[in-house]
Amino acid sequence: MTATALPAPTTGIEATTRHASAGRAPRSENRAGWLFATPFLALYLAFLIGPVVIGLVISLFNTTTVRSGIGSWVGFSNYADVLTNADFWASMWHSALFTLLTTPILVLLPLLFAVLVSRLGRGQWFYRLAFFAPYVVPSAAVCLIFAFMYTPETGLITNAFGWFGLTAPDFFGSTSGAWFAVVLLTVWWTFGFNFILYTAALQEISEEVYEAATLDGAGPWQQIRMITIPLLRPTIGLVLILQVLSSLKVFDQIYILLTGGPNYTTRPVIQYIFDTGFSAYRGGYAAAATMVYFVVLVLVSVAWFLVRRRSNSADA
Amino acid sequence: MSTVVAAPAAGADRSGAGRSRRRGEQEQSGKLFNRLAATCVTLFALIWLVPFLWALITSLRPNDEIAANPTTPWSNNWNLDAYSYAWNSSPLGWWYVNSFVISTLTVVFTVVVSSMAAFALVNLDFRGKYIVFGLILAGLMVPVEALVLPQFLEFRALGLLGTYWAVVLPSVALPVALFVFHSFMKAIPVALIEAARLDGASWWRIYSGIAMPLSRPAISAVAILTFITSWNAFLWPLLVLTQTKSQTIPVGLSSLVGGSAIQYAETMASAVLGILPLLAVFLVLQRQIAQGVANTGIK
Repeated sequence: MTATALPAPTTGIEATTRHASAGRAPRSENRAGWLFATPFLALYLAFLIGPVVIGLVISLFNTTTVRSGIGSWVGFSNYADVLTNADFWASMWHSALFTLLTTPILVLLPLLFAVLVSRLGRGQWFYRLAFFAPYVVPSAAVCLIFAFMYTPETGLITNAFGWFGLTAPDFFGSTSGAWFAVVLLTVWWTFGFNFILYTAALQEISEEVYEAATLDGAGPWQQIRMITIPLLRPTIGLVLILQVLSSLKVFDQIYILLTGGPNYTTRPVIQYIFDTGFSAYRGGYAAAATMVYFVVLVLVSVAWFLVRRRSNSADA
Repeated sequence: MSTVVAAPAAGADRSGAGRSRRRGEQEQSGKLFNRLAATCVTLFALIWLVPFLWALITSLRPNDEIAANPTTPWSNNWNLDAYSYAWNSSPLGWWYVNSFVISTLTVVFTVVVSSMAAFALVNLDFRGKYIVFGLILAGLMVPVEALVLPQFLEFRALGLLGTYWAVVLPSVALPVALFVFHSFMKAIPVALIEAARLDGASWWRIYSGIAMPLSRPAISAVAILTFITSWNAFLWPLLVLTQTKSQTIPVGLSSLVGGSAIQYAETMASAVLGILPLLAVFLVLQRQIAQGVANTGIK
């Protein structure tokens, strides 16, 4: 719907980008190009860029989500409210804490297992099945199963603590227990994704490198340390950033399993936006919170992009 | 775990006392290492299967037995009662239909729309092409999940809340899918396209008759991963599909979490039913799915 509102390309940029190709594009090609690109562009501008713009606008008004209409102009007061609100910062911290808790495990553990599995000749399909199958399970089903296993006294995981002479934490009643529950669930659920990314990268490493290393008397551990890990460095970087971004966007598990509890001590920022925007109906305020959170996520992506570009040009 | 790995780090002496003997030692330690690795990894893989098996076992046991012996993986009375109960007590059938229709529509639209745009960006010289490209590239960094609130207000203004379209439309034009097609179509030889042009083929004909058939791996990767992502989407369908009967599998199932504490078997039966369709797809297409994830990194 916004495709028609697309600005005409400025001539300056046009001149530089066109410089390489011989002449002007034929009219028919120009038209065909736009016809092919328009469906995507229209949906892209309407539903991906659109919400960013709408969020920006709404955050400057005291919109409520119960009535339609955008309310009246309040300037930056929503931002002032958000930035001084302790609950908002608490929820930002919870998302960050979840990222700090899950990222090291989900970057390193799949790496270790992918490296070990790659050294085994047979049974690769079995490991892929076991580790990767949880990836296709809906979050709600994962939470149903884990909630059952976390049941006090009767749950499987609760009892598993007893087998090692330990006492299970209160998975639903205490903050540390709740974090443990959600992190363990997340590791089980998303481990396979990173495992597959590593496995694919490992298959790119030629067999001959290892054979040469074996001839030179390098043991398995030396091979892993001196060959595998250095060659995997770009993949480790990729997995790291994908993991940080996806952990920062955590919502499903915490919301379904704990509803951010006990007493909001695990509530992630998306749930905070959800609660203020849809339960408390403070649309403008929640939009301001959205924009702050949005900027944080974009900054992480941009930082990664710049780091990668620098390391790429350093390699070249 | 680090101790397991560090153990066979023998052979630090570089005295050079007979390479063959050293190689023999290396092979020995290599074998030992592999055996340790295999044991460790297999143990882990088995642990990974436990939640699946546990849900399945529980769903097949009677509730009074579960209450009496919660952690015994055995039953004297295996039965499927919980499944018929779960099926009848919640609109699971509707949830299946909704999930299926929404995921299928999303896949079809995503494949068509993003492959067409990728085709234009690769093969056609149109004005503003580089601006369009840059705009979509920038979109890779837009975290869609964070934007549910403005998205919701937008769909309410459009009057689309509660419809399939509300779920389908925002997930169609994703830059990742476009770039998968883009990198694939760039590999198609230009000569092929030019020859077809000289033969008088229209651009549409080149797209549908040459570019698309040659992009089959990209189509399957995008289709499979879009289907999984769409099927498992939670937050956005939760917001826009408020009627119980119009919900998807994940949203419907989530309402059962924290429900009755006595009906273990029924709850686990629902979970198993929620897992089954995609798990079946996964078992058939395991290799393609893994390949797709490896090539695109869609999460």
